Amino acid sequence: MKVIKIDKNEWASGLEKLRSAYELIGPVKEKFYHAFQSLESGQQPDMDYINTRVSPKYVIYPQSELILECSLNENDEDYKIYKEPEKEYTPKAILGIRPCDADSFSLVRRNFDTEEYKDPYWLRAYASTTFVGLACDQPCPTCFCSSAGSGPYSDNNLDILLADNGDHYLARVLTEKGKKLASAAGWSQEAGDEADQQIEQKKQEAESAIQSSVKTDKLASQSLLDLYDATNAIWEKEAFSCINCGTCTFVCPTCWCFDVQDEVAGKKGYRIRNWDSCMYPLFTMHASGHNPRGTKVDRLRQRFMHKLKYYVDKYENGIQCTGCGRCVQLCPVNIDIRRICNMLNSYDPESCTCEVTAS
Amino acid sequence: MVNPYIPYPVRIDEIKTETEDKSLKTFKFVFLNPEDEEKFAYRAGQFAELSIPGLGEIPIGIASSPVEKGFVKFTIFKTGKVTSYLHSMKEGDIMGIRGPLGNWYPWDLLEGKNVVIIGGGFAFTTLRSSIIYMLDPENRKKFKDIHVIYGARSPGMLLYKEELEQWAARDDLNMHITVDGTDDPEWKHHTGFVPTITEQEAPAGTEDTYAIVCGPPVMIKFTQPVLDKLGYTDDRIIMSLENRMKCGIGMCGRCNIGKEFVCKDGPVFTLRQLNQTPKEY
Ligand SMILES: Cc1cc2nc3c(=O)[nH]c(=O)nc-3n(C[C@H](O)[C@H](O)[C@H](O)COP(=O)(O)OP(=O)(O)OC[C@H]3O[C@@H](n4cnc5c(N)ncnc54)[C@H](O)[C@@H]3O)c2cc1C
Ligand code: SF4
Ligand code: SF4
Ligand code: FES
Repeated sequence: MKVIKIDKNEWASGLEKLRSAYELIGPVKEKFYHAFQSLESGQQPDMDYINTRVSPKYVIYPQSELILECSLNENDEDYKIYKEPEKEYTPKAILGIRPCDADSFSLVRRNFDTEEYKDPYWLRAYASTTFVGLACDQPCPTCFCSSAGSGPYSDNNLDILLADNGDHYLARVLTEKGKKLASAAGWSQEAGDEADQQIEQKKQEAESAIQSSVKTDKLASQSLLDLYDATNAIWEKEAFSCINCGTCTFVCPTCWCFDVQDEVAGKKGYRIRNWDSCMYPLFTMHASGHNPRGTKVDRLRQRFMHKLKYYVDKYENGIQCTGCGRCVQLCPVNIDIRRICNMLNSYDPESCTCEVTAS
Repeated sequence: MVNPYIPYPVRIDEIKTETEDKSLKTFKFVFLNPEDEEKFAYRAGQFAELSIPGLGEIPIGIASSPVEKGFVKFTIFKTGKVTSYLHSMKEGDIMGIRGPLGNWYPWDLLEGKNVVIIGGGFAFTTLRSSIIYMLDPENRKKFKDIHVIYGARSPGMLLYKEELEQWAARDDLNMHITVDGTDDPEWKHHTGFVPTITEQEAPAGTEDTYAIVCGPPVMIKFTQPVLDKLGYTDDRIIMSLENRMKCGIGMCGRCNIGKEFVCKDGPVFTLRQLNQTPKEY
């Protein structure tokens, strides 16, 4: 795998060259927090950011997205016939995405790209995006990526991985998409023999700086119904303080649930999908008023069982969480997925002893 | 890439009010493009998303049968935003249908077996589809004894009344129609709740006998112990669920029971399968 060296001033000029071929998206500071945004001409991504509050999932999967439209004018031939709206999928590059966030797209893909059905909107947006990742040298105290299947230097789902090395980046070009972007930017300087070792050393330092972890080794062999039925031991206590605000699901890069709503404007009908949350009672409410997940205990259990057990069993590919730590940081009442994961992992219905530490 | 969100355009060909309180209407649709009818090839037990442009989409069981050609039928209870609007629509109006979605009753498994159909209220729709399918001259010989137990609150609340009478007159089908109560002196069928009639009329649960149960939660709750008593094992009790749905294709995430999606892995499950999932339905 080729490692190239990108001097930081070449980085800036390279980005300008990319603009003709790509829409550039990167971390920008907005008031107090960073967010991924489309970069205007001359605007540079802030590569010293720690993390964004909202994940970059919206780049592929917008919070609100038009999926169908139709004419509501009786004189039109296609009156009331829903069609796909014309959309352009121009190439995009997400710059400086953290490895955990990049990895989230491979987890979410299992939902949108199935044998029977393919979500054309998600897949087209994904295919037109190049992921330029920035390895994480300063993990937060809430990060636990290395035990969640990702890592500060993980290259899962990345086209290029950048490691910050003072006045330059060491860049691993991982895919054809990555090669294309690097050459369009004019980044081609070979980094020399020691680069691999340098990256490896930085990786080890970053990994040892990760302070928290989850245990997931026994999740697959646990009984689904035992974990579900751990109402007294786990779910009631954990849900006690939850206010069902949905913050955890909206900030999460691996939450994908959506609602579909129709809107009318003028003589046109629109079908739109919007992010939704399993934390809200309406999510599952039947027309009769009956609600299979009618209490917040049910809803909290759904969120964590989905991430830590249903997903694990369905895809046999680890947990539906990359350890980005956002939900841990932003939950107003400190509900911590690390604690819940460890409890589920060690749960024993016989003795009902479970670890409650978020190590 | 096939876009699974685009409905096939259809025209409402006929609307029939089914029940005395007018809360249920059967809609017969024809496809605007004949080739869409072929793409919509379905099996009894599946459902579709009915789409009203500018208003919304709702999952509804397919009430017509694969052996009926040239149209599809759905019977709809008026309850909320989309269903109320549908009830105000007229013959000739254009809307959309997306599907067929979900799995179906296990027809291959049921071949050569006795089949007992137990239905209550307006969940009878996909059961109508199934009965017509089994009674088709090509198919009838594939099944042994067929029993149908169907109940409604009163005679005026029964769906598909003419067909019920035709089925009751046949000798290759054991039809047991019941109502909770009636003051009609002419009423010639049963009175009593579905679980009671099941206890009286359903055959014993042998290895060769399967029950398909569809109805409101209370009916299911009280029918299950009866079937237990009659000797039906949980792998021979087949049920169809109705969770709230949006996408119908396993993507929007709301209809799950444990790791199964009711829209894609269901809506048809055996009781054995349901016993292995959380009871979130
Ligand atoms: C597989 C399957 C098969 C089915 N088969 C049939 C059938 O054959 N016949 C039949 O009649 N029904 C059937 N149903 C049920 C049918 O889908 C519902 O009755 C229908 O979706 C109700 O839609 P509605 O728009 O009229 O109700 P809604 O107005 O959507 O009401 C649904 C509930 O959701 C809530 N809600 C929805 N939107 C909002 C909002 N914007 N703001 C606040 N609250 C909201 C409300 O609490 C309301 O009670 C089936 C369902 C499934 C899953
Ligand atoms: S569950 Fe929490 S820690 Fe895991 S990916 Fe989602 S927001 Fe990040
Ligand atoms: S962020 Fe915390 S309080 Fe809000 S819904 Fe999630 S777990 Fe509950
Ligand atoms: S209805 Fe969307 S996942 Fe089942």
